[in-house]
Amino acid sequence: MVSIQELYAEIEGKSILKGLSLDVKPGEVHAIMGPNGSGKSTLGKILAGHPDYEVTSGSVTFDGGNLLDMDADERARNGVFMAFQYPVEIPGVNNASFLRMSYNAKRKHLGLPEVDPFEFELLLQKQSKLLKLGEGLLDRSVNDGFSGGEKKRNEILQMMLLEPKLVILDETDSGLDIDALRIVAESVNRFKSPDRSFLVITHYQRLLDYIVPDVVHVLANGKIVKTGDHLLVRELEERGYDWLTGAIPSEVGG
Amino acid sequence: MSKDIHAIASKPYEYGFVTQIESDTMPKGLTEDVVRLISGKKNEPEWMLEYRLKAYRHWLTLTEPHWAKAEYPKINYQDIHYYSAPKITEKKASMDEVDPELKRTFEKLGIPLFEQKKLAGVAVDAIFDSVSVATTFKGKLLEAGVVFCPLSEAIEKYPDLVKKYLGSVVPHTDNFYAALNAAVFTEGSFVFVPKDTVCPMELSTYFRINTQDTGQFERTLIICEENSSVSYLEGCTAPMFDTNQLHAAVVELIALDYANIKYSTVQNWYAGDPETGKGGIYNFVTKRGKCQGKGSKISWTQIETGSAITWKYPSCVLIGDDSVGEFYSVALTNHFQKADTGTKMIHIGKNTRSTIVSKGISAGKSENTYRGLVQINRSAKGAENFTQCDSMLIGKQAIANTLPYIDVRNASSSLGHEASTVKVSQDQLFYFAQRGISMENALQTMINGFCADVFKELPTEFAVEATQLLSLKLENSVG
Repeated sequence: MVSIQELYAEIEGKSILKGLSLDVKPGEVHAIMGPNGSGKSTLGKILAGHPDYEVTSGSVTFDGGNLLDMDADERARNGVFMAFQYPVEIPGVNNASFLRMSYNAKRKHLGLPEVDPFEFELLLQKQSKLLKLGEGLLDRSVNDGFSGGEKKRNEILQMMLLEPKLVILDETDSGLDIDALRIVAESVNRFKSPDRSFLVITHYQRLLDYIVPDVVHVLANGKIVKTGDHLLVRELEERGYDWLTGAIPSEVGG
Repeated sequence: MSKDIHAIASKPYEYGFVTQIESDTMPKGLTEDVVRLISGKKNEPEWMLEYRLKAYRHWLTLTEPHWAKAEYPKINYQDIHYYSAPKITEKKASMDEVDPELKRTFEKLGIPLFEQKKLAGVAVDAIFDSVSVATTFKGKLLEAGVVFCPLSEAIEKYPDLVKKYLGSVVPHTDNFYAALNAAVFTEGSFVFVPKDTVCPMELSTYFRINTQDTGQFERTLIICEENSSVSYLEGCTAPMFDTNQLHAAVVELIALDYANIKYSTVQNWYAGDPETGKGGIYNFVTKRGKCQGKGSKISWTQIETGSAITWKYPSCVLIGDDSVGEFYSVALTNHFQKADTGTKMIHIGKNTRSTIVSKGISAGKSENTYRGLVQINRSAKGAENFTQCDSMLIGKQAIANTLPYIDVRNASSSLGHEASTVKVSQDQLFYFAQRGISMENALQTMINGFCADVFKELPTEFAVEATQLLSLKLENSVG
């Protein structure tokens, strides 16, 4: 599904990824773990095409094509989806209209007719019920005044609507209480399929108790330092990251 | 950072072409003889010439005002053509006789001159440089008793109305540009809606400056008698020249008892070169409405997108008790544009009410200023005003200013003022992109949301046009 080879990337001249390689096959769930500041979230943003980051060398193949050649919106329409750690608020833009716009952009890309607001409403109701998303949230501006949990559920709603091929969950567990976490995890598990891959970026084990990964990677200092199966999660929980990074407990930050 | 957003290709100004047509253009410069010549070209009666000369002589005593937030080189008033007209030997009896080149021009601008075609329900007066070339639906309007014609025709056919109302809202002594306009105005629209009449269709005037170094000084006069109403829209475009062109119009509205005038503007003059800021229109306009009658209402809606410099304050003088003034504005500036715009609401009558909703969008290196006055006189007992001024900043170099002046002289009035500033962030645009939505659509959506309060005031035929115009103007502007 996605194959990353020797990826180097930087932001404002500061190098963030330093030769990262990763291979995710269709149907697989990979967890990316690591200490703060290791480049986990950056990896997600780079795959999604955030314009602040510059890829200096390496390659990313997605679904047989060169991902790095595409703009962010093109990547999205081709099936790359990222659930944001901090979904941004967009005052003045109605959430339901936004979702429909996004849904129709995808339909158009697939050569399908766009859906009208009435059809879309039905679709939306069904999905938002599954997520126990209050209907009020659809009538409000995108993420505007949403609680942390509401924002995250809104992200998952979009994931379900857009049916992407590669889902990047960026710290989706942060800001969720245990009930919300369960709802989100159930939705993700239901959404798994043989032709869809997941990259679950998380600092803690918590989310991975619910979404069990096939492969676990530890990212430190811009590259993958350890790869294992889900048992590695437990080990990390017990031992922390220091034995892998070989470092004194290090810097804190995003 | 954000080189991406800087880089979206800009669509060039699409109305920047020049029509090759033989024209009758007066030499540059302004003297008393030029004023006489203009008046002569129009076969005006003596009283009109006197009016112009009085204004001209007054203008000579005035100095150009410079208090707006816009700096520009001194305008040489002797380097402007004050009259230019496409050569038409005689007034055409029907639309079919309008010069085909002119017809093509207005077609290119998307303005229907043919009564049977397109946009049914909108009557159009088309003004090319200094003269009106066509007014549509005239006959149908006259059946309803509504007069809609070029001002020069009104001077000839309805001299009493013109004498009574011309300069009654914006006198020639009002300001420098109003004096200049009164001296040299060459065309404009005249609307008269008699008592108890609802104008059966939208009225619209399109202004086009074609000849280089030509000033356009149009003058519009709209009178609504008791219990009548009208909705009027003006649109403007100009070719691209690297010299600046002056547009100094005057618009006067008069609403008698319970009359209702809605005046909408979609302004898209040429704004100057996006890279250098060279050229473009100086839009120095005086627009004012007088709610003379009880319970009358005047509503200004403007979408200001073009012009190198915009300097205008469509205002309402609320004389009649219970009269209502409204001002809904979207002013968008990009590149090197400067806009200093807003309104004046002068409350004189009892229980008069006014609403101001201003949305300023600044992108590029532009500067966008809201300047507004709410004045509530002693006599205006129980007056109410609500003002909302919102600014949207796109990019890092754009400037937005809000300068509200409030002057209240009695204790029984109430005022509300709200202001906000939002910034379109890189993260918001990335969020749209991550959901498969292009930058253009993302911006358009955000602007629509930001301007919704104003767009809903536009006549429906033009709301869509306005939205498209704004997003067009903003391509290549985020950063």
